[in-house]
Amino acid sequence: MKSNIILSGVGGQGILTIAAIIDTATLASNLNIKQSEVHGMSQRGGAVQSHVRISDKEIYSDLIPKGKADVIISVEPMELLRYLPFLKKKGFLITDSNPFLNITNYPELKDLYAEIQSHPNTILIDAKKIAKDLGNAKATNIVLLGAASSLLPLSKESLKKAIKNLFERKGEKIVTKNLEAFEKGKEIASSLAV
Amino acid sequence: MKQLFLGNEALAQAAIDSGISGVYAYPGTPSTEITEYIQKSELAKQLNIHSKWSVNEKTAMEAALGMSYAGKRVMAVMKHVGLNVAADVFMNMSISGINGGFVVVVADDPSMHSSQNEQDSRYYGRFALIPILEPSTQQETYDITRYAFNLSEKVGLPVLIRMVTRLSHSRAGITTSKREEQKEIQLPKDPHQFQLIPFYARKRYQHLIDIQSDNRKRSENSPFNKYIDGPNTSMGIIASGIAFNYLMEDFEDGGCPYPILKISQYPMPKKKIKKLFKNCKKILILEDGYPFIEELVGDFLGEAKKRKVIGRLTGHLNRVGELNPDNISKALGFAPKNVEEIPEVVSSRPPELCVGCPHRDLFDAINVLGKEMNSQQVFGDIGCYALGVLPPFQSINTLIDMGASITMAKGAADAGIHPAIAIIGDSTFTHSGMTGLLDAVIEKTPITVIISDNSAVAMTGTQDSAASGRLVSICKGIGVEKEHLKLITPLHKNMEKNIDTIRQELKYKGVSVVIAQRPCIQIPKAMKARIREIEKETV
Repeated sequence: MKSNIILSGVGGQGILTIAAIIDTATLASNLNIKQSEVHGMSQRGGAVQSHVRISDKEIYSDLIPKGKADVIISVEPMELLRYLPFLKKKGFLITDSNPFLNITNYPELKDLYAEIQSHPNTILIDAKKIAKDLGNAKATNIVLLGAASSLLPLSKESLKKAIKNLFERKGEKIVTKNLEAFEKGKEIASSLAV
Repeated sequence: MKQLFLGNEALAQAAIDSGISGVYAYPGTPSTEITEYIQKSELAKQLNIHSKWSVNEKTAMEAALGMSYAGKRVMAVMKHVGLNVAADVFMNMSISGINGGFVVVVADDPSMHSSQNEQDSRYYGRFALIPILEPSTQQETYDITRYAFNLSEKVGLPVLIRMVTRLSHSRAGITTSKREEQKEIQLPKDPHQFQLIPFYARKRYQHLIDIQSDNRKRSENSPFNKYIDGPNTSMGIIASGIAFNYLMEDFEDGGCPYPILKISQYPMPKKKIKKLFKNCKKILILEDGYPFIEELVGDFLGEAKKRKVIGRLTGHLNRVGELNPDNISKALGFAPKNVEEIPEVVSSRPPELCVGCPHRDLFDAINVLGKEMNSQQVFGDIGCYALGVLPPFQSINTLIDMGASITMAKGAADAGIHPAIAIIGDSTFTHSGMTGLLDAVIEKTPITVIISDNSAVAMTGTQDSAASGRLVSICKGIGVEKEHLKLITPLHKNMEKNIDTIRQELKYKGVSVVIAQRPCIQIPKAMKARIREIEKETV
C-alpha cells in the first residue's frame, strides 16, 4: 500500500495544518510517512505545496515523482492545477472554489472551473462557505480534508483523533468546530459520489 | 511509537541527546528550525543548553569554538551563505582543532528556494580538510549527528554536517537513542593548541595534514558509506546524501539492479570508489548541489580512469538546480513519463510583501523620490524587503549579500552616484551593516542609509532581532551626526512627512541614517509583548 498526496494553496491558507493532521494519524496507524513542506521567503503570499507520502513499506523519496500522486487537495482552485503534472492517471482532484486574489493576472473563474471540471475525478466545492456556515471560516482546510478522507489510507477515527490532538490547546469549542467541518466535508464528498 | 521530526528537528534532538552545552546560530532558511527546536525544547531548558541567537554566523561559530575550548560539546548552525561570513574562523579552527566535540551544521539550498546562490558546502569542508557528513534520511540525520560528536572528539577536528533544503524541511517518524550527559569543563591538554602564531600554526597544520590518511580510513570504514552490490554491471552508481533516496524511488518496485555506492561521509572513500569502477563499465554520479564527487573522482582512479563517468558535468543531469526522482529517472535512461502539463490558465504566483507590511509604505515613499530624482540608485539587502525588487514596487537596484547595501552605496557614491540610498533591515544591519557604516562615516561619504526596523528577523519566521532598542545608540556610537539621524514611522498616513524627511537627508553631502520603525505584522503575541518592553529610543 502506498498513497501519495499533494497539498497546495497560497502561503497562510493552512496547508501545513492538513499535513500535520495526516502525519499524526499516519504515525498513530503504524504506517510510514514522509512529508515535505515549504518554509522561508516563498511562504509570503506565494504558491506553496506539501508532498505527503504514506506507506506500509519503506518510503525513499521526500518528493513525489511526476505522475504518481493519488490525490491533490488544494485550498485554492488555480493552485490545484499547478501540480497536475504530479497527478497519476485517474487520480483525484479536491479543491475549494474560492480564488485567492493577490496577483493581477488571475484567470477568469469560468475558464478555471471549466479546466478543473474537465478532469474526471473532481470535487470542486465552496469549502469556505461550508466552514463559514458551521461558524468557523478558518476551518476551510478541514472541510477539504474531510472531503478527501475516504481517499486516504487512514481511518476516519484516526484522522478525527489527530484533529483533536492538534486543536486541543485552542479549546474544546475549536475542536468541535473542526470535527464538524471534517464530517461535513466527508458527507458532501460522499453525496457527490465521486 | 516513532516521533515525527523535520530533518532539522531530528538533527536538533540528536544534538541535545549528544550532550551539547550550547548551540550558536544566526537564522537562515533552510537551517532555522534546528536552533528553534532547541530553543523551544523543555529538556534543553532544564539542561541549561545555550541557544540564544548570535548576531551573525561568525560570532556564532567563534562563541561555539570558545565552548569547545572549555571542553564541552557544541554546535554552530547556519545556512550555506552564512558559512561565507564564518569562513575566517571555520578555516582556522581546523588548524587549531577542537577540544569538546564541535559539529558545524550547514544547510545548503539547491534550487535557491530562499537564497541568492546554491553553493555547495562540501567544498568548504574539503578546503578546511575536515570530515563531512551528508545524511540521506531523517533517521540517518539523527544517527549521523550522534556519530558526528564522537567523530569530532576522536579526530580532534570540527565535523561538518551538510543538510539540503528537502531533507531539512521534510518530516518522517524517527527513533531516538539514549541521551548522553554534558561534559565537564576540561581545558585543552596542549596549552599551545589554540595559539595560532606562525610558530605553533605550522605545527598544527602539519598535524592536520598528517591525520588526513586517518580521516580517509574512517570514511572507508564508515557505516554511512555503503557498497550495495547489484547484478547489472553495465553501470555503477555513486549516490550521495538525499540523491540516494531519489535513486531508490526510481526502482521502488524491484530494487536497483546496478551496484551502488552510497556516500554520506567524506573525505571520499577511495577504495570503495575504486571497487565500483573496477566492477562497472560506466559510472553515474548523483549528488545534490555542485558536481563535487564528479569533479574529484577522476583524480584517484588510476587505471580505471578510462571508465566513462556521467552526471551533471556531462549533461546527463541538470547542472543547475536540485535533483529529484524525475531528473534522475531520465539520467537512468527510463522512458519519459506521459504526464499532464500545467494548463495555460495557471498564472505564476511569486511571493509578495504581506498586506499591511511596513516595508510597503517605505517603498512607496522611495518610489516617489525616485521619480523626482532620476539619478537615484537604491542598494538593497537580504530580508523580506528584497521583495522590493519585484513588481509592484521595483524600488531596489541591487541585492548581493548581507550588509552589501551600505558598502555598495558607498562605492557607488565614491564613483559619483547621487543620491545613493542603502536599504537594510534592522537585523541585517547588526549582522553585517555596522562596519560598512563606519567606513562611510570615516570618509563622510554622501549616502543615505535607511534602516527598515521591523523589530524582528522577519523572513525566517520573526526571530528576535539583536538591533531592537539599540539602533540609535549604535548609529551615534559609530559617529553618525545627530542632525542626520532620523526616526520615521512607515504608515500610509505619514507618507508626505516621511518623504520630506528622506528628501532632506538625500540632499545632505555626508552620511545620513533614517530609521523607519514599525513592527512586522507577522510577529506573534508573546513577542509583541517582549518588544513593547524594550525602551523606545529617541535621537
